This record gives sequence, structure tokens and C-alpha cells, in this order.
Amino acid sequence: MNDRSTADTSVLLKPDREVGIVGYGAYVPRYRLPAAEISRIWKGGQESGLPVKEKAVPGLDEDTATMSIEAARNSLARAGIDPQAIRAVWVGSESHPYAVKPTSTIVAEAIGATPGVQAADWEFACKAGTEAIVACIGLVGSGMARYALAIGADTAQGRPGDELEYTAAAGGAAYLIGPAGESLAVFEGCYSYVTDTPDFWRRPHMHYPSHGYRFTGEPAYFHHIVSAAETLLSALGRRPADYRYAVFHQPNTKFPQRVAERLGFQPEQIETGLLVPFIGNTYAGSSLIGLSAVLDEAQPGDRVLLVSFGSGAGSDAFSLQVTERIVERRDRAPRTRDYIRRRQEIDYGTYVRYRRKLHTH
Amino acid sequence: MRIARNWRTRQQRYSLVGEVCTQCGHKIFPPRDVCPHCTQPAQLPYALSGRGEVFSYTTMTSAPQGFEEYLPYTVALVKLEEGPMLTAQLTDVDPDEVRIGMPVEMVTRKIREDGEAGQILYGYKFRPLLERQTAT
Ligand SMILES: [Zn+2]
Repeated sequence: MNDRSTADTSVLLKPDREVGIVGYGAYVPRYRLPAAEISRIWKGGQESGLPVKEKAVPGLDEDTATMSIEAARNSLARAGIDPQAIRAVWVGSESHPYAVKPTSTIVAEAIGATPGVQAADWEFACKAGTEAIVACIGLVGSGMARYALAIGADTAQGRPGDELEYTAAAGGAAYLIGPAGESLAVFEGCYSYVTDTPDFWRRPHMHYPSHGYRFTGEPAYFHHIVSAAETLLSALGRRPADYRYAVFHQPNTKFPQRVAERLGFQPEQIETGLLVPFIGNTYAGSSLIGLSAVLDEAQPGDRVLLVSFGSGAGSDAFSLQVTERIVERRDRAPRTRDYIRRRQEIDYGTYVRYRRKLHTH
Repeated sequence: MRIARNWRTRQQRYSLVGEVCTQCGHKIFPPRDVCPHCTQPAQLPYALSGRGEVFSYTTMTSAPQGFEEYLPYTVALVKLEEGPMLTAQLTDVDPDEVRIGMPVEMVTRKIREDGEAGQILYGYKFRPLLERQTAT
């Protein structure tokens, strides 16, 4: 256990002005591919212990831009602000539709935030969205902007037959960051922990990623999440029991369950935000969609711990406290589980068509 | 030519920005030089809600160049709750689920792609109204 009296608070990322979440919104596409169907094609369906029940698959006309637009509209509906007051639209993803041409300009235009706005795309594997949130906290916390929008969204692809194909899914969430006095949840502090760790990568022009197999677990996912979470809790003088909810990055069902246990969280604390069994790993959307499902149910005063993980590798950890504004704002837009209930199961052949797997090499 | 036209019309395509007539108050979509109801020339921009219902529809089994990969798809005449009628593709729905009077809402989706190297065109489509456990 860390000694609270000598905790180093200088490592905290915390702005001068208090900042929070003014509005949030999620998006999950309609189609679901069961893991058992993937197993049927590649392993004769004889596997046990599949990593998820099913994953969300985007339709032919969906990509990271369109999913970001819907999530952003939901966040604006909850915030109830004029989009012309937004000074940054930042989209974190590893599946931007263009290699050169920002996703963020398309999103900013569609939500009516142009032209007086910063727009940029962020990349850091599955933590690109929480990177964008940290930057928004800085922009708003310094007084440069009243509102800034951070989005994490992906249409992740796994090589056919690879273990990642069971989980690589599509979805996203948007967070409108603004002054604490207008927020439905306030940031108490955040902390980022980063090292050069080659657990997962994709070289330019390659369609599918490569990964270090067993290397993805202990030195990558667990080390970074545990280090980020323990340092944040120590700097804030908190214990797991101070939190009603915790959300960790969700590459499969077991990893977030194990990391929660290792940090001393109970299963009830992670259950509400643990969506990976039903939608798969939505990469930059993963922990952020989990947080949206928590905010859909949280009560004023509840504390939430959010810890992302991005391969390469790093984790961003956030401590949030929910305010009384959550009560009237959350039903201004669809809840995350409304999207999860909207479910059309597809077979592997339809999946191959929707994900254009016959077009790629 | 097409890139320039697509660029000029992006706001009406992405987010159903229409007009409201300063004379008679009718909502207008797409934006135009004179109000079709009273021929008044001056109008103000107006963001339509995107909610409406299917007025009529047809399912396409052959498609113009650039749209083939979405086949089969349904094109509908949608009556918006503010009054204007427009033609749009339906999405996130099986063609045999579509019916007249079906409540729909606008979403921004990919309309077409100019091949592997060309531009991606985004615009409005309509999907069945998302079922929500808690109503607004
Ligand atoms: Zn008129």
C-alpha cells in the first residue's frame, strides 16, 4: 500500500480551473457477429472460453467519421450548448477513413462547430480518445476555451482467423469538456503512464495489425493500467472503496476483470461499464463507451475511476465525481444500452461482405 | 466539378440545414432562392430536427454506378415533422421491414466512395427511430 502522507501530487495532470464533462454520448452499430460463428469458421466451433459473446460490426455505410458524428450529437444533446461555442474537435482513432485528411473536420462540420474551431486527429492505439480528453482538460482548464470535444471511436479489424478477429469491433463515444460549474461529472485529477513497449503495432499501408501474442498481457496491459491507477489513487489519497464504479480498457472479458481484482476493486464496481462481452473491443472507444454506460446510471456524488490502455504502450487514469446535473441531462439522448439492445445478428459471410474482407490482401 | 458542388452543399447534406421563410414561416428543404409557399426571396437558415416518417418507398435491386455495393437498399420519400418532404436512402433496416408511416430519424452516413483512392461522400440517410428504454 502506498503511503498517503508522502504521496507525490506533482505527477497529477490537473488544470488551474476545475473542469468536467458537460455532455457525453455513445454510438454502437447495429450488427453483431457472435464469437461462436467465428469459431465455427476457423476452429470447427470446438473452442471453449471464447473471449467475448459477440462483437459489434459496422454497416457498409459506417466508418469512424459517421460513428463519431452520432456520438458527438448525443453529447451535444445532453450538454444543451451552442456548437459554435466549441473550440476544439479532437477525434482519437486508429481507423480514420483517410490516411491524409482529418476525420475531425468532417465531424466538426456535421455538428455545426465550424469554422472557429481547432480540429485534429489523435493516434495512440486504444487510448487515442483519452489522450484527446487530457488535451481538452488542458485547453478548458487554462481558460483558452469554454468547451472542447474529445471523441474515441474505431472500426477495428483483425486478420481473418487471428485471435483478434473475435474481439475487434466498432463503436465510439464523445465527451464535451467544459467548466466544472456546468458539468455532470467533474475531473478530480488524471495521470498518464507511458513506456516504449512493442505489444501491438501496424506499419504504414498494412491493413491488419501485428501483435506480440502473450507479450500483450503482463508487461503491456496489466503493467500500464496498474501503474497508472495506483499512482493516481496514491496522489489523490484514495482507495478503491472510495469509488462506486471503475472502468478499465476492455480488450476481452478477462483482462479488465483481472486488473480490477489486482487493484482491489469488487466485481460490482466494474459490472456496469463492462460492455466487451456484448460489443467486443471497440479500441479507442472501449473504455469511453464503458464510461458512458456508467454515467447512464450513476447518481450525484458517485466517484468513477477510468483507466484506458493503448498499445505501444500507455494508460491514462482519471478520477471523476458525478454531480447533480446528471439527473436531468442523461435522458436527453439515447442511453448506451439502447444501442446495445438494437441488435441484428449476422453470419460470417455477411461479415466478410460488410468489412470488405474480399477486397483486402 | 462534382467535388466543388459536394463541398458547397455539405452543411445541408451532413446535418439537414434548411431554411425558414421570413414571410410565411414555412420550413424549407433543400435551401432555395425563393420560398415555394409564398415566393418570398429572403429566408433564414434553420436546422431541421431530422425526425419524420416514411411517406412512400421503393427497394432498389439495381443501382447507379458507385452505389452497387449497398444493394439491395431502400429509397424513401420522407416527410419531416417540420413539413418538408425529401428523398433519401434508408439504412440500418432490412427492405422487408419498411412500411408507410414508419417513424425514422436522420443519420449522417457514407453515401458513396469514388473508388479506393477517391473522395468519400457523406450525407443524410434515415433509419428506424432508435427504440429507447427511457423517453425524453
Ligand atoms: Zn414563405
